[in-house]
Amino acid sequence: MAESSDVKVLGSWPSPFVLRARIALHLKSVNYEYVEENLESKSELLLKSNPVHKKVPVLLHGGNSISESLIIVQYIEEVWSSAAPSILPSNPYERAISRFWAAYVDDKWFNALRATLLAEGEEAKKAALAQVEEGLALFEEEYEKLSKGKPFFGGDEIGYLDIAIGCFLVWIQVIEKFSEMKLIDEANTPRLFQWADGFSSHVAVKDVLPDVEALAQFGLKLRAKFLKTPQ
Amino acid sequence: MANEKVKLHGFWVSPFANRVKWALKLKGIEYEYMEEDVWNKSNLLIQLNPVYKKVPVLVHNGKVILESFLILEYIDETWNQNPLLLPQDPSQRALTRFWAKFAEEKIFEAAFNALCSHGDEQKKAVQLTMEAMEKIEGELKGKQQFFGGESIGYLDIILGWISYMLPVFEEVGSVQILDPVKFPATIAWSNRFLNHPVIKDTLPPKEKMLVYFQERRHIISCANLGWIKF
Repeated sequence: MAESSDVKVLGSWPSPFVLRARIALHLKSVNYEYVEENLESKSELLLKSNPVHKKVPVLLHGGNSISESLIIVQYIEEVWSSAAPSILPSNPYERAISRFWAAYVDDKWFNALRATLLAEGEEAKKAALAQVEEGLALFEEEYEKLSKGKPFFGGDEIGYLDIAIGCFLVWIQVIEKFSEMKLIDEANTPRLFQWADGFSSHVAVKDVLPDVEALAQFGLKLRAKFLKTPQ
Repeated sequence: MANEKVKLHGFWVSPFANRVKWALKLKGIEYEYMEEDVWNKSNLLIQLNPVYKKVPVLVHNGKVILESFLILEYIDETWNQNPLLLPQDPSQRALTRFWAKFAEEKIFEAAFNALCSHGDEQKKAVQLTMEAMEKIEGELKGKQQFFGGESIGYLDIILGWISYMLPVFEEVGSVQILDPVKFPATIAWSNRFLNHPVIKDTLPPKEKMLVYFQERRHIISCANLGWIKF
């Protein structure tokens, strides 16, 4: 088992992508040192560890520097493969399905989520919210297929797709607050609603979720900064 | 593996579908190929891939697998005979996946925009493509034959479009990206890749590609519409 000095996560508290890395490590019971980065003034370590993108999260492990959250989660799964639970299914087809939906989250859904916060004007915001809802409807459907009556997409335990989607739950609460509408609720997305509760209160998750109020404040600042910058 | 039904839905010029062809051939997997007209999509394609409505689609014994990156991993995991496409070591696997993602996001998109834009827009796209390619050039230095080592691997397959499609983009867009002074390792790799027995027989005809992309350049006005996916 790794000493905590062997494993480091460079992160930033509002980042849902950083949450993915941390949740995966918690699931595998891996001790690690968490380093909060100031993204306005990036550390030498961050710039050296992720010279291509200069972004968080970065996982540092025994001389290796791993970037990109989903790549980090897969790395964690592969390195600590003997530690339960398995993050990815053992069957290649089921793995492909989990990876497909996680890629959908990052390639399509995340942009809509981001746009609900940063879009200028009501029309753009409405369009973005509609896309977010479309994604959630797809996740609701997939959850039924993949969970097979169990609490998580991964089954009895949190898995790859739970992590990929669940990391955004507090941001979704922030967007619900700003837009004064419910995105995940008992009426429209009853399964996701229950799943969200289970995910957020899971021992590997609950201690690293950001506070909604603090995240909302951060969101407002982010929006203000974004709208000032010429696009 | 006898009686395994493998079907690949592709489009003749799609570099993404070609990746899957290469992987199947490298592993010696028999498959049936189904040509899809992506400009006039069949109901079947839409049924198989309702989220993106794109090729490639791999159907294996009734199971549908989408997205070229994921299809490659599926093939590697299901038919785990040699050659193995991904390295065994987790940190090498992570690096392979990292560069594949980087190349797709930073090189392919920019190169396609260089193909179909004009003036300053095009200059910028060429510059971005070359900046990203410098990183890949760096990764190739000191590599024996291929990114995968002695044999073609995942990253070679993902980047393979550079060897046969990028020169077409250059010609149609009247730009130079593959500067031999800046990218000697990439060009050397590209030539080895093109000469590989599995690769050279699975390339779309150059003349046909030139006509196709000339049409695309005509139709797409990247300056107006912004970044367009292939």
